[in-house]
Amino acid sequence: MLESQRPFNVDETGLGPSVDRRDFVKICAMAAASVGLPAAAGLKMAEAAAAGLKPSVIWLHFQECTGCTESLLRTSHPALAELILDLISLDYHETLFAAAGYQAEAALKSAMEANAGKYICVVEGAIPTKDNGIYCKIGGRTAIDIVNDVAGKAGAIIAIGSCASWGGIPSADPNPTGAQGAPQVLQGKTVVTIPGCPANPYNFLGTALQFVALGTLPALDAKGRPMFAYSRVIHEDCPRRPHFDAGRFAQQFGDEGHRQGYCLYKLGCKGPATHANCSRLDFGEVGAWPIGVGHPCVGCTEQAVLWRMPMHDTVEVSRPTPPDTYPPIHAAQGHTSAVAAGLAGAVGGALIGAGWMAAKKAGDGGEDKGSSPDKGA
Amino acid sequence: MALDRRSFIKTVAVGGVAAAGTALPAAASERPVAPEGAMGMLYDATLCIGCKTCVVACKEANDLKPDPGPWGDERLYDAPLDLDGNTKNIIKLYREGDTYSYMKQQCMHCVDPACAAACMLHSLQKDPVTGVVGYDPQYCVGCRYCQMSCPFNVTKFEFSKAIPLIVKCELCRHRVKDAAVRGADGFTRYPKGQGQACCEVCPRGAVISGRRDELLAEAKRRIAAAPGKYFEERVYGENDGGGTQVLYLSRVPFEDLGLPKLGTEGVPRTAYAVQEGIYYKIPFAAPIGMFAVLAAVIYRNKRAERVQGAEGEAKR
Amino acid sequence: MSHHEAVHAPVGGRLMTRPFMLLLAIAAVGAVVAGYRFINGIGSVSNLSNGYPWGIWIAIDVVVGTAIGCGGYAVGLLVYILNKGKYHPLVRPAVLTSLLGYGLAVIAVVIDLGRFWGLWKVPIYVWRWSHSPQLEVALCVAAYAMVLVIELSPALFEKLRSGAASGTRRFAEGALRLLEKNFFWILALGLLLPTMHQSSLGTMMLLPGPKVHPLWFTPWLPLLFVVNCIIMGFAVVTLEATFSAVAFGRPRETRMLAALLQVAAWVALGWAAFRVIVVALSGKLGYLASGFGVAFLAEVGLLVVAGVMLLSEERRSQPVWQVRAAILLLLGGIVHRVNTYLVAFRPGSHFSYFPAVPELLITFGIIAAEVAIYIAVVKTLPILQGPSPAKTAA
Repeated sequence: MLESQRPFNVDETGLGPSVDRRDFVKICAMAAASVGLPAAAGLKMAEAAAAGLKPSVIWLHFQECTGCTESLLRTSHPALAELILDLISLDYHETLFAAAGYQAEAALKSAMEANAGKYICVVEGAIPTKDNGIYCKIGGRTAIDIVNDVAGKAGAIIAIGSCASWGGIPSADPNPTGAQGAPQVLQGKTVVTIPGCPANPYNFLGTALQFVALGTLPALDAKGRPMFAYSRVIHEDCPRRPHFDAGRFAQQFGDEGHRQGYCLYKLGCKGPATHANCSRLDFGEVGAWPIGVGHPCVGCTEQAVLWRMPMHDTVEVSRPTPPDTYPPIHAAQGHTSAVAAGLAGAVGGALIGAGWMAAKKAGDGGEDKGSSPDKGA
Repeated sequence: MALDRRSFIKTVAVGGVAAAGTALPAAASERPVAPEGAMGMLYDATLCIGCKTCVVACKEANDLKPDPGPWGDERLYDAPLDLDGNTKNIIKLYREGDTYSYMKQQCMHCVDPACAAACMLHSLQKDPVTGVVGYDPQYCVGCRYCQMSCPFNVTKFEFSKAIPLIVKCELCRHRVKDAAVRGADGFTRYPKGQGQACCEVCPRGAVISGRRDELLAEAKRRIAAAPGKYFEERVYGENDGGGTQVLYLSRVPFEDLGLPKLGTEGVPRTAYAVQEGIYYKIPFAAPIGMFAVLAAVIYRNKRAERVQGAEGEAKR
Repeated sequence: MSHHEAVHAPVGGRLMTRPFMLLLAIAAVGAVVAGYRFINGIGSVSNLSNGYPWGIWIAIDVVVGTAIGCGGYAVGLLVYILNKGKYHPLVRPAVLTSLLGYGLAVIAVVIDLGRFWGLWKVPIYVWRWSHSPQLEVALCVAAYAMVLVIELSPALFEKLRSGAASGTRRFAEGALRLLEKNFFWILALGLLLPTMHQSSLGTMMLLPGPKVHPLWFTPWLPLLFVVNCIIMGFAVVTLEATFSAVAFGRPRETRMLAALLQVAAWVALGWAAFRVIVVALSGKLGYLASGFGVAFLAEVGLLVVAGVMLLSEERRSQPVWQVRAAILLLLGGIVHRVNTYLVAFRPGSHFSYFPAVPELLITFGIIAAEVAIYIAVVKTLPILQGPSPAKTAA
């Protein structure tokens, strides 16, 4: 049976079902490789786990749909079981916890004390800021208080999903709760953002496991997004790009072009404006992603696009590149307008003709009726 | 009103220098040769796959706007038909029946550049060390004589702007910070990010950078290694038009790729031979001499006329 | 110079006649279009392109315009070098025409230059001067324009001398005396400078080398251009003198013009013969069997027809044939210059050029301004010959 098919048992405690060291190292190596970390990182993870040094993870939920957690549940390398049982110590997670109420709050408090300065704080969901943040309260505390408290003592802060990254759907106009992302609330702190609706779980896993194995965070852009996932726009790596470059577009849902899998730009694809790696990673372990199933990208990672630009409006291509056509060696340039030719001919002819005929007047001595100024000056 | 001989000669001298001054500066220039450290590029059209990555890289490295081209207003593509005010590098396609070849076009950085020879204040100037023909808009009046002169029609002008510039490839000289070093492969190149952007991104090495002498040697090596493959078994730019620093290898005739048939003389040589022959061979001898003769003749004629007039009046 | 003073007098008369106002209107239209050009760029009003960066503004307004302004040069050579004092009455109006031709050529240059604000650097940045023939043209034309102003200034000072205030009269007298003393070298400059820059205008079209058609690509271009401008100068002087006589009721210069045109005829025929011989000796006669051959034959043929026309003494003594021959001479010269700068310039068969309507309007405006200014100056300053009262409708 594949590791990934092992049943997930929430009641299990400790290290989980026993597994021999070689298999365990293999699991860690696979996990490392699948998120782009070097093989040595996998070994480090295994050693840390064996030494009982699994990093603590505290996962906060605020204004969210839990889609990002659900997305994480559907990973297979590593499977969630391996992750939360073998590689990390998931010390607080409201969805996956068996515990609730005071028991859960106590677990949170003790985990924070035991691992102060070392745990990973994951934020899922937006944080309402209007009216002192009363629109999201857990255990009597507002989201703002919770996140400041927990993130304040964290070793690393990761905001998963567009809601936690920049406000997401709760922040759509008119934003009645003043929803904001974690970086906006936690001003001044380094917050890794993994936007997406939902985020691609492997972007999260790559970031988290790098911290677990190497203690470092990946290179981030100005918005805190890991560059390995968010440095390129969908348009750059889209499998339908050859259609775009050749000018083959689907004009309507269901038309011939749409059936042929042509580029969806004219149906409103926001790929040219959206930083993400969906075309390279796909979703749900089955190779599905929006453009792949025939719907234009809605730009779910971008605050300027999602919930702000109409889904089926075309977006501007910020850096146009050459199409799939070639100019000839000698492209014809220049044209002659008939009007200009006529005007030039008429004026030139009139001047010369008038001068030629007016020459006769020159012969009449001293006539002073104004002849046309035929001087060619 | 008689003018004594000394002041006459003084006047002639001053006036002559003033007139000849319109034909400064001094000595006649020599026929240019490529500087020792001349940098260049070698484009092998047989390796090019027409991917246009070099076009994209050039636009980014030089901060140039896209051209909507024949696609009109859609602004989806950068599709110039030719080099222009936004395009310093372009890939064109030659196709005749089953024969085809891609052609990368940009400034040739001639050894004896006609554009620099045409420019009044050396706004276009050949760097004495690298041989790169660079453009300094400070001294440009936008006369476009360089456009008239370039045999490759490379220099472009921003006709649509109120404050226009001349635009052409300058071998990414604005990116250079450190010295070029000779690599293990035998080519002297700038560190990554400082050399020609097109050469750095070409996935097949169809266009490579290096010193002109290294690239010439490489081109000849390729020709010798594959007899019959390259047109006329020669590299275009070795001597064409006095030589260029961007060299071309092709399997189809060079003229089909838009590279004109040029003799071995630099393009501006005839004009400069005439101009320098008249004015600079013996610096300004012609204008000063002519001025002196004219002044002398007119002076003598006027004096005769004055004498006649005085006699006429005396008679009355 | 003293005995020439009585010869020149302002034409006087009403300035704002209908033809004059028409000219002003055309000039105004050109000015408006030029204003649009300065705001929106050269491409917005012209068909100039990267293939044909020079069009009619250079070929006609500058290259032909300065040649038309060679009346002063051509007549000056006759009067001051060959000492043919009998042509003297033709000098001052010819110099005025020259000044206008060159002045408006400078305006055309400013309109054509894409970065004209840098023009002041050209004469100042001596250490950056190249050997470009165009630099020589630029400096020389600027210097010549100044010389022309000085050459024409006696007209202004003569007018001031007959003015009311005694201070002005004395100043004008002093100026005239100073000019008289130095005129010999000023005139020498006025003959040297056109020789220099007209020949360099020819040299300029040698630089594009392979892009110039072989029938026009010859190291003799500078000489061809200088002699060509002398021919055009004679033609312009003829037309201008006849026009002034008819329009402003001035005395006729028919005999003078006949003699002038006899010289012009021989120069023109000589030019045509030289042109054909050079082409033949360089083995290029084969090119005549093409469209370019037609252009070549036009520039040679017009001069030959005019020259032959003027060989007959009877014909050249008649004003009607003087004018017609002058038109043909002028046309022949214009065709040669336009051929050299436009027709023979071949950047590639995929490029084509014909001026756009606004481009033409600017050229017409410049020409109209030139004629209008000529009329205005001639009416207010002592330029033309003769004290006869103004009988004018122009």
